[in-house]
Amino acid sequence: MKEVEFAIVGGGPAGLSAAIEAARCGVKVMVFDENERPGGQLFKQIHKFFGSREHGAGIRGIDIGSQLLEDAEKYGVEVYLNAAVWGIFDGPQLGICAEHRVFRVKAKKVLLATGASENALAFSGWTLPGVIGAGAAQTMINIHRVLPGRRVLMVGSGNVGLIISYQLLQAGAQVEAVVEALPHITGYGVHASKLRRCGVPILTSHTVKEATGQERVERAIIVEVDHQFEPRPGTERDLAVDTICLAVGLTPMAELAWLAGCRIAYIPELGGHAPLHDDNMLTTAEDIYVAGDLTGIEEAHTAIEEGRVAGIAVAESLGYIDFTRAFELKQQAKDHLGALRKGPFGEKRAQAKVRMIERREHP
Amino acid sequence: MRIKNHPILGPLANKKKVMIDVDGRQIEAEENEPIAAALMAQGISVFHRTKKTGSPRGLFCGIGRCSDCFMIVDGIPNTRTCVTPVREGMKIETQHGLGQWKVDR
Repeated sequence: MKEVEFAIVGGGPAGLSAAIEAARCGVKVMVFDENERPGGQLFKQIHKFFGSREHGAGIRGIDIGSQLLEDAEKYGVEVYLNAAVWGIFDGPQLGICAEHRVFRVKAKKVLLATGASENALAFSGWTLPGVIGAGAAQTMINIHRVLPGRRVLMVGSGNVGLIISYQLLQAGAQVEAVVEALPHITGYGVHASKLRRCGVPILTSHTVKEATGQERVERAIIVEVDHQFEPRPGTERDLAVDTICLAVGLTPMAELAWLAGCRIAYIPELGGHAPLHDDNMLTTAEDIYVAGDLTGIEEAHTAIEEGRVAGIAVAESLGYIDFTRAFELKQQAKDHLGALRKGPFGEKRAQAKVRMIERREHP
Repeated sequence: MRIKNHPILGPLANKKKVMIDVDGRQIEAEENEPIAAALMAQGISVFHRTKKTGSPRGLFCGIGRCSDCFMIVDGIPNTRTCVTPVREGMKIETQHGLGQWKVDR
């Protein structure tokens, strides 16, 4: 059986950042990712990131991804692609499937950085081809350079819905409308303004009622909703669209954390069920760490900083750096996390994270 | 439809082309792109039909998590076309229901 000091599941921003920090201290690291390419969802994020300058604000996701890959290589991180981790066992050991072969890897420490998956929304006709995740649209246009449709209805006005609507415009599609069931836009004002300047209506207190079409979406029926989200009869409107994008939130991909026996909590502000962790990103399962969207839906920068904390904590626990050095390094990352979780949007997540850590200590 | 020019990403890189067979039709694809992208570039949106009602399904999540883009690829059913890259001469078939194996397992 293959043995390694530190095995990481997921080669996105959290996993790669943890790998880099640990490898920089001398830890032997292997990263396993089921995808053809590393970088997680960074390479489809062609917009400039927010936050303060020192956290890479103004830099596009694709460039952050390239930098992480360069650093990972520099410090000798081994990245295994097309390698799906299907199980986790005592030891800890990972069950891996790659190139039609199944094998196990034993590690001293494991980091789960599996990310999140998009939520679906069920309505009449939602199974028709043309109803797709907003992230799927983003993958198609920004990575594969293929337009999934010409006339789009976006469901959801969070940052994902707003940013991807704008990127669909950049790719040459027409966005007929963004509908939002809540009475207000849920993403940043700056993203909403960009869309509005392009003439895209953002309809609050509206949702999609039905998609119709023979072999794919041909029309969408939208409807106004009241404060209980009940449709107001007589307010239906018919839009000629060939694509309906769903941007209705994400859910942490916690399967491996469940399997590992990590204690899980339901925290709505963080996207649902997520493994509890301490301020070293250590779960309740021995030697199993977590970072990134798996621990609560945020964004790439918080994933990077959480990954750093985990990587440093692992290097410390394996004896590569002493307490003082580890404390200093972790504090830098934690200060960044604090800054990233400021403001009306970050505050709720910051509080939820504090509750998460408290719940791990005092169930 | 392919996005030839993009305000951020620039012009589409000239990649090597491969030919794939989709339900008997020869289609040009870009080397290494996922099957789903090649199909959507040609305007194909129905990838499989459900067992019970035969209703159409196509790309949904685009990152290998759901099962809506399943097709029979080189005789292997339930292949995730959104994460499986095209190869020269690949045979791709619309899947009906659970599909059937056309090669030895």
